[in-house]
This record gives sequence, C-alpha cells and structure tokens, in this order.
Amino acid sequence: MIVQALAFYLFAGILTLSALMVISARNPVHSVLFLILAFFNAAGLFVLLGAEFVGLILVIVYVGAVAVLFLFVVMMLDISFSDLRKGAMQYVPIGLGIGGILLGELMIIYGGWKFAPNMSENLAAPLLRFESSSNTQSLGMILYTDYVLAFQLAGLVLFVAMVGAIVLTHRTRAGVRRQSVAEQQKRRPEDVLEIRKITSRTGV
Amino acid sequence: MASQEFLIQYLPILLFMAVAVGMSVVMVLGSLLFGKQNPDPEKLSAYECGFDAFSDSRNKFDVRFYLVTLLFIIFDLEIAFLFPWAVALGKIGMFGFFSMVIFLGILTVGFIYEWKKGALDWE
Amino acid sequence: MAELWQTYGIWTATTLAYTLLVVVGLLLAVAYLTYAERKVMGAMQRRQGPMTVGPFGLLQPIADGLKLFSKETIIPSGANRPVFLAAPMVLFSLALVAWVVIPFDKDWVLANINVGILYLFAISSMGVYGVIMAGWASNSRYAFLGALRSASQMVSYEVSMGLIIVCVILCSGSLNLQEIVLAPRPLWMQILLFPMFIVFLISILAETNRAPFDLPEGESEITGGFMVEYSAMAFALFFLGEYANMILMSAIATTLFLGGWLPPFGLSFLAFVPGIIWFALKVCSVLFFFIWARATLPRFRYDQLMRLGWKIFLPLTLFWVILTAGVLIVFDALPG
Repeated sequence: MIVQALAFYLFAGILTLSALMVISARNPVHSVLFLILAFFNAAGLFVLLGAEFVGLILVIVYVGAVAVLFLFVVMMLDISFSDLRKGAMQYVPIGLGIGGILLGELMIIYGGWKFAPNMSENLAAPLLRFESSSNTQSLGMILYTDYVLAFQLAGLVLFVAMVGAIVLTHRTRAGVRRQSVAEQQKRRPEDVLEIRKITSRTGV
Repeated sequence: MASQEFLIQYLPILLFMAVAVGMSVVMVLGSLLFGKQNPDPEKLSAYECGFDAFSDSRNKFDVRFYLVTLLFIIFDLEIAFLFPWAVALGKIGMFGFFSMVIFLGILTVGFIYEWKKGALDWE
Repeated sequence: MAELWQTYGIWTATTLAYTLLVVVGLLLAVAYLTYAERKVMGAMQRRQGPMTVGPFGLLQPIADGLKLFSKETIIPSGANRPVFLAAPMVLFSLALVAWVVIPFDKDWVLANINVGILYLFAISSMGVYGVIMAGWASNSRYAFLGALRSASQMVSYEVSMGLIIVCVILCSGSLNLQEIVLAPRPLWMQILLFPMFIVFLISILAETNRAPFDLPEGESEITGGFMVEYSAMAFALFFLGEYANMILMSAIATTLFLGGWLPPFGLSFLAFVPGIIWFALKVCSVLFFFIWARATLPRFRYDQLMRLGWKIFLPLTLFWVILTAGVLIVFDALPG
C-alpha cells in the first residue's frame, strides 16, 4: 500500500509542479513541454485508480496528437512573445473577476453537495455486470449500445471538426502541377511516340 | 486505489522508465564531460552550407503541416473509439457492429469531403 | 521502512536485474544490427562491409561507439540548450521503455499489463517528440525542415498502424500481448490478416524513417535533416534510438502477426526449442526486410509518401477493419 501512496505523491507532485511551470515558463515551447509532462503524470494517476484504458488513451490522444499540434503552433508561429506580454497586465482585473466568479460557483456546488442515502449500494450495483471483464471490455460493452446516441454525437462532432479544419486551413494554390497516377498509367507509347524511318541525308 | 495485483504489473514500467532515462542522461553527460570540448564561434554557428544564416530559422511554414496534424487528431480519436469496440464486439453483437458502421460512415463522409477538396494532396 | 524492504526488496531487485538484462541485450542487439546492416548491404552490393576491426570486423560497432563517446559535443550558439540536449534522450528513452511489455517467452514479460498493445501504440505515437524537439532546438533550417517532414510523416502512418492494430485485436479479442500471441489463428484468419501484415511492414518503414521513406534525413537535399547539428554521444543516441525503434517495430510485427515466441507454422514438435530463440529468429527476419528494402529501393518523393499514407493505406485499412469485423460476425468466430 505504501508504494501506491508513494507513487501517488510522485505523480501528483510532478503534475502540480509542471502545471505551475506551464503558466510560469518564459518560453512558450517550454510551457508546452511541461504541459506534456503534466498529461503524462495525469495518465499515471489514472492507472493508479485502475483506469488503465483511460490513462493510456490520455497519452495516445493528448500527448500523441493534441500536444503535437500545440507544439507545432507554438514553435513555428512567428510571434514576438515579449510584445505579446507587454499588454498582458491590463487584463488582470478581468481575469481576477472571472476567476472569482468560478471560485464562488465551485463553493456553492460544494456547499450544496449531498450524497444519496443508499449511495454505497448504488455504486456497487452497476459494477456486477462487469465483474469478469477487463477495463476496456466493460467500457466497450456499454459505449456502443447503452450510450449509442452519445457515441454517434461524438462521431458528428469529429465530422464537424474535420470539415472545419479544412474550411479554415485549406488553400488551393494556382500553378501547381500534381502527379496523377491514373493518367500516368493510361499513357501508352502509341499516343506519345512516333517512329519514323528516315533515309540518311534527308532530314525530317 | 486499484488492487495490488493490478498495480504490481505497472511497477516494472516505472522502474524501466527510470533506468532508460538515467542511462540516456549518463551517456550524453558522460560524453560531454569526458570528450574534449573545444568550442569556437565558427564551429558553433548553424550549418548552412558555409553561409551565415540570413534570419532566424524558426518562422512560418506551410499551413499544410498543421492540416495534417489536425486530421491526424481526428483519426486518432476515431481509433481510440475502435479499441474498446474491437475488444467487446463478441459481447455486443450485431447492434454494436452497426453502431460502429454508422459512426465510421459519418467519418467516411468527412474523409470523402477532404479528398474532393484536395486537402490530402501534397504539392 | 524495514517491512517495505521485506515485501518489495527482492521483487525490486529481480525486476531491476531483468530490466538491465533487457536493456543491455537490446544495446548489444542495436550495435550488431548496425554491423549486420553494413554486412548485408555490402553483400547485396558486392562489397565486403567492415573487415578491419577484429575478426570479420566484428568489433566495428564497439569501436564506433567509443569514437562517438570521445568526440566533442557541439551545441550551436543559437540553440536552446536544455531542449537540444533533452531531444536525443527523449527519443532514446522512448525506444527503450516500449520493451517492458514485449513478451519474449511464455513467462518472460516484465509488465504483463492488460492493455499492452495500447501502451506500445502510445509510446510509438510519442516518438515524434524527440524529432520535433531536435528540429526546433537546433535553430537551423535543415533541422527544422527535417523535423517538420518527419513529424508529418510519422503522424500520417500512425493512423493506418492504429487501424491495423484494431484488425489484430478483433481477431484475438484482447489488448494483452501475451493473449494476442496465444490466440488461436486458423488458416482463414491468417489469410484475412495477411494484407494487413504487408501494409504494417510498409508502415513501420515509414514510422521509423527508414529507406525508402527516409526523407526526413534526405542527405542529398537536407543534409541529414533534424540531426544535422548533432555530434558525439547526442548524435549516437539518435542513431541508437533509430535502430532500437527498428528492432522494436520488428518485435511488434512479430508479436502481432508472426505468433511471437511460438514455433513457426504451428509446428508443435519444435516446441522444445526455447521460445526466445523463435522470437529472436522472427525479429531478425523482419529486420532483414528492413535492410533489404534499404539496399534495393530508391527514395520516395514527399507527395508520393503522403498520398500512399492518406489516400491508399488509410481507406484500405479502414475498410479492412469493417471487413474483418463483418467476417468474424458472420462466421460467429469472435473471441470472448
């Protein structure tokens, strides 16, 4: 048990520290790298909770894909970050205001939180169905049947994201010559070559 | 917290990571310490076939690289949805199968849109 | 603390010993893979390959390693030092940590986790970081271009690799690598998976930036790509990482498609040979394919590479996922 506790404090500690570094690092690329470290430790915490599938999906999707895009954007954008930071102080009051509202709302939720009286039975009941199956399998057993609507909506969200990405970023450039494999394959020697017999000293 | 038998399977990963990171740090720093270090400004300038660099090399680049990463995120999420489905297909049967076929169908429409728009072409 | 030591001490010591065994074995394998590559390519091009250091040049990789270790580590003046030095470490560590879930033999796997294949997929999708970090931190145009190319290329082929893995999971009904190895594969299932095996082999060439997909290095146009500013051990780590990744990808292909440590072709009378020997032999044959491809094929052009990934492999593998699932449902052969 003590090793689990140690691992928990290790992950949680690094997670908090790297999250702090994300907002305090001067270089934005370092911020993103610390963000990746934070994702990684969050995945570790998930595994500690027994949610191995969620933990690894967090690494695959967030570390393996989303953070790559972040890194691309931050690394390659031609922005002078010191200029960007100059005007930042004027937003402090608004930021503090929004933060305060959020904190107040969280306090209200926390104050109004009540546990149902038969919570422990309710918690145990839905788990019986999945007793013999692994983490991933139990997820698969309900996601595509019981939650089919949410699943299809997720598909639609992805679809919208795909269309949106193309609408926003796709530019057709003029004067580009593309390779068309079908056309290359269709070309026959008869269409493009002509063989002539030429007697010497006459020319074409 | 999860059960002991479950977590004991993950402990070697932690150990292995520590060994791997420690080893690579030792290798690079060891070479940095033991190798002969003799830097001079010309040696330390960025390699550009003998020219001095005209400008900073971190600048804007083709938006296509962003597009590829964006599309990758979407397909990666799609694959994330496929994993539990592949494991549980025996249990959820026909309904689960067609549920996934519709999901993939929606994304295939998006894929065809990309294709027709020429977003997959590289020039 | 004493109680803790009693419960975990022996366990930790044995695990550490196994870990070191795997790491040292892997490093030796990487060293001799570079030797084998030079020898095999030499033979294919009617040359001798390394012959000078030791008998048949057998000590060549060790000499190379020592030389690189003693060289000067050049850190370009415009570079971002911490990221510049961290990049090769990230790449190399990732190539190593994936090995913790690979089953070498019946009972020999360090971490027999339920989601082994997801772990491998996660590690291989993090491989781009070493490359992007190196390209950005070097502050050099060639490095930057190489990193961009490499990242896009790895990301593109990641998609079809994921879909192929889904096909294999469908056939075995588990994410645990040991169970994937042991899952029964009747002949029709092997035929069903065979096209995916071919696509997987080509994808791992692209994923490891090997010829004919070695555009990120492209020494004739971008002079070595993201590694151009690296020297000494930092360069050696990139090199070792690339070769360790090759072995890793071969091991994944072996585990997913070639039956891992089981005797080949289901010949059960060969079972007296230890599983690790079969495993090593299978990995070597996939590695031979890597070297063979490098010795024979010319380099792809970048638009061709992207077209192959997005327009051919992606639709094909997506279709194959549905086909595999459909066939398994129709024949009622789904595991679990």
